[in-house]
Parts: sequence; structure tokens; C-alpha cells
Amino acid sequence: MIRELHEKLINKEITSVQLTEEYFDKIEKEDKNILAFLTLTKELALEQAKKVDEKIKKEEEIDLLEGIPMAIKDAICVKGVRATGASKILDNYISPYDATVIKRLREKGAVMLGKTNLDEFAMGASTENSAYQNTKNPIDLERVPGGSSSGSAAAVAGDLAAWALGSDTGGSIRQPAAFCGLVGLKPTYGRVSRHGLMAMASSLEQIAPIAKTTEDVAIILSRIAGRDKMDATSVKSGGKNYEDFLNGDIKGKTIGVPKEYFGDDLDKEIKDIAFKALEKFKKLGAKIEGIEIPNTQYALPIYYIIVPSEVSSNMARFDGIRYGLSVDDKEKSKINTGGLLETYLDTREIGFGDEVKRRIMLGTYALSAGYYDAYYKKAQKVRNLLKEDFEKAFKKVDFIFSPTAPEVAFKFGEKVNDPLKMYLSDIYTVTANLTGVPAISFPIGTIKKGDKDLPIGGQLMSRWFDEEGLLNMAHTFEIN
Amino acid sequence: MSLSKEEIKHIAALARIGLKDKEIEKYQNELSVILGYFEKLEKLDTEKVDPIGHITGMHSILRDDKAEEREKDVKSGIIKNAPKEKDNYFKVKSVF
Repeated sequence: MIRELHEKLINKEITSVQLTEEYFDKIEKEDKNILAFLTLTKELALEQAKKVDEKIKKEEEIDLLEGIPMAIKDAICVKGVRATGASKILDNYISPYDATVIKRLREKGAVMLGKTNLDEFAMGASTENSAYQNTKNPIDLERVPGGSSSGSAAAVAGDLAAWALGSDTGGSIRQPAAFCGLVGLKPTYGRVSRHGLMAMASSLEQIAPIAKTTEDVAIILSRIAGRDKMDATSVKSGGKNYEDFLNGDIKGKTIGVPKEYFGDDLDKEIKDIAFKALEKFKKLGAKIEGIEIPNTQYALPIYYIIVPSEVSSNMARFDGIRYGLSVDDKEKSKINTGGLLETYLDTREIGFGDEVKRRIMLGTYALSAGYYDAYYKKAQKVRNLLKEDFEKAFKKVDFIFSPTAPEVAFKFGEKVNDPLKMYLSDIYTVTANLTGVPAISFPIGTIKKGDKDLPIGGQLMSRWFDEEGLLNMAHTFEIN
Repeated sequence: MSLSKEEIKHIAALARIGLKDKEIEKYQNELSVILGYFEKLEKLDTEKVDPIGHITGMHSILRDDKAEEREKDVKSGIIKNAPKEKDNYFKVKSVF
């Protein structure tokens, strides 16, 4: 989609301002039903679009992303723009700085339509944990778009943005991509700077592109990847243009199919679609091989110890002192300790939603004296075992395949009362975050429910830092 | 395995989150259910395994110990977000 829009711009079939206004018209008409956006940045967008049009008029060369309207998950900071993290505790926060990825995208002339909805502070997998609104899946408005990058996925699927930025801590771009029929990539840990992303679990997350095609995702990744002095965990990138590696040739590549991912619990319809996808890969020249990831059964338990632990630390900054909600109300106060402590207790009690508080509580417990060794340290050790499983697997195969989610987009309310059920949806996605490998979700089929064809996503994981290999696999599948 | 009301209150105090009585009960249930799920890990032998944090293997990424001036609008933007400020300082309730 990006290349087509780019051609239209440079051939002067449409101006960036016209394109941008078209998107805002559509948002005005339809976002009241989809509820993808929390904040619109019309003035900023038109300003950016105008600059691009001036360049085009002067026959100056423009970048592939230049002049094309996109949306940004509201956990990523844009200077001068409200950033809420979909939490009431940041309802009035105006970011004083740009995330590094935003800085880079400004330089490339991307047009920023607005900030999209998410599960509060990226904690959730449906949209239902947002403190503001429930985003709907444009394919079936009674179903969730997935999460936590709910609004980003819905905006792209609903044609309210050409592409979007999200983030992925345990599947938060891949699962919504699967539910909405899009392509979502979680880069290798360290590939993209996290500076300006509201931190949830710092050792697992990445900012992640979501778009209609694999080529789009590749184009975006090229422009946001790379070492950033503001993120000490970011890794030097080779300055690659990932879109140049999409040659449609995957002959001889091996795809590993872990037996642990295809047990009897997996829904039969999804299993069939997954196997059909493998058949297609075979026809395209890839070899399919069974593999084992023996420590798979521990992925979710360690994820749900490590993540809340890191969350409890990262959420400590919301204390009502430097920014955000600050509750200073002696009458309504629950704990009349007075003073500073009361500000902390009340602000965090009122400002945070239930899921955020749940994870803070869990993490605080896991890290507290007497439990640290049994929980957090143990989880870190098992994390190492899981990483070793992957190292062993990648000696035999180039990629690892599974469905992205064990289900189609579910209906609102189906899972909200059972946090355990919500957690089980993460099974295929969290391992990539724990081990740091890159992972991509791409459409592999649909399942009919009523009169709707609901998308199913397939997921491939590759060796660390092999995004070009990963993207080429998904791209080759897509174009055939 | 179950957590007592006292344990929940203690965790909430550490986490600086004021909880109502109803919420204490709720977290008792929810945390216990999830923690039960984690007892799986106890069975694993990790005696000879090193814990890992993140996976890039990088550490001690440092910069020069030099103060860098930020632009005026960044500085003013930061102060603007302060719930209470005075003379460009964050105003805080008395600590003592």
C-alpha cells in the first residue's frame, strides 16, 4: 500500500494534503463506530502534509514514507501532543519530547494523524483494559480488535490510517494483526529504540509496525531501526533497507514446527488452516521439519512473573508528583495518613485501572524480600533454558511456525472476567519476547462465524536479528 | 496456595496503592489463582543455570559524564505537566 500511495504522490495524482484530508474525513465518519483514536492531530498532520507537497512541487525527491498518513499508539510520545497510555493517570499529560522513532519518522516526512487506543499501559490483549473506550474490530464490530495495540490495528484495518506504530511486549502487535487481517512485526529485542515508549516490561518490549502488507512493514522498519544513544539496549543496525530483501525466493529454507504448539488443545479449524499454510510454504520451496521446544510449558508462567515484576518497577514513576493525576483530597481519601504517602496511595488507587493494579501487586509480591529467589530469579533462569531451546532449534531450522493466536477475534466480554483465560491467549506470542527473537504475524486464512469471515494469523519466528529473512518468508507467502 | 489479607495489605503498602476492603478480597483471590499457576516452576531443576535479564548480552553502555542542555521548550514542557510547581521547581508535600 505504501508504494502505491508513494507513486500517486510523485505522479501528482493526489497531494499529501488531499490524502490526509481524505483520511480525516473517513475518521470523522467512521471512528465513532470503531473508536480507534484517542487524540487526533489534524493541525500537525496538515502542516506536515503541506511541507511534503511543497517538496513535490519543487520536484524534490521524497522518501517512501513521506506524505503518507499514519497513526501512533498512545504509549509512544509525540512532542506537544497528549499521551495517555490509555490510562486516567495520564489524562492531562502533554509529552515534552518525541520518542526517537517519532523523531526519525518526522525526518522521513511521515504524516501523523493521531494517537490510537490501547489496553491501559499496554497491559491486555483485547482493548477492554483501556480506561477510555473499547475499540471495535472493523471486520466485525461485535468483536475485539485484539490488544494491546488495539487502536493501531483497527485504524489500519478500517482504512483510517495507511499504517500504524504499536508496541509488542507479549504479542501486542502480532495478535491484533492476526485478529484484523494485517501484518505485524515484533523486531528483535534491541533492533528499535524504546526511548519515548511508555515502559511496561523493559526487557521484553519493542516498538512494532503494523500495516496491510509485509512490504509496508519492511519499509517502516528500515526507517525506525537502529542504535539510539537514548536507549542503552538498542543495537547497532546495518542501515539495511529491509524492503530490498523481499526477493520472493525461499527455496531451501527450513521451517520448524514445534510439536508443543500443535497439541490436542488447538482448535481443529485453526490447526487445518495452519497446516494448509505449511503446505503452501512447501510448494514455494521451503522444507518443513518437526522440532521440539521442551520448555514451552514454562513460557507463560515465567512471562507472568517477569512481566509484572518489571511492570511494578516501571509503574512506580506514577506518583502524582511530576506529571499526571495527583489526588490531593483529604475528605475522599481512603487512608488518612496525611502528607506525601496519602498522595501516593490515593493517586495510584484512583489513577490506575484494575489490570494495571493487579500486575503491580503481583510484581511487588514476586520481588519482595523472601520471594525474589523463588519467583523472579527462578523465572530468569528458566528464561535462559527457553533461550537455549531456541538456540538448539535454530541449529536445525531457519524459522519456527505456529498460529499467532489459538482463536479468532473473540466477542466483547467473553474473557474479561477470567484473567487466566485472557492470559492463555498469549501462548504462541510470548516466547519471542522472552527470548528476544523477531516474530511476524501475517494472514493465512479465515474462519466463518455467522456472516463474517474472521482472519487467522500465522506466525514465524527467526534467529536473532534476521528480520530480512523473516520478512521475505511472509512476503513470499503473501504474493503467491 | 493462598494469600492472607495481611499479605495483600503488606504488598499494597509496598506498591503504594491504597486499597478498599472489597479490593483486598478481590486481589486475594486473583493473585492466589495466578500464583498457583506458577508452582509449576518449582519442579524444574535450575541449579546449574544462570539467570538472564535481557538477551542482547550488552552491558555497561555508558556515556560521558557531561550535562547536556535541553531546549527551552522541552524544559518548559516538563514543568507544565507538574501538578504543583513554583519557580520552575516541582512542589511536593512535606517529606518529614
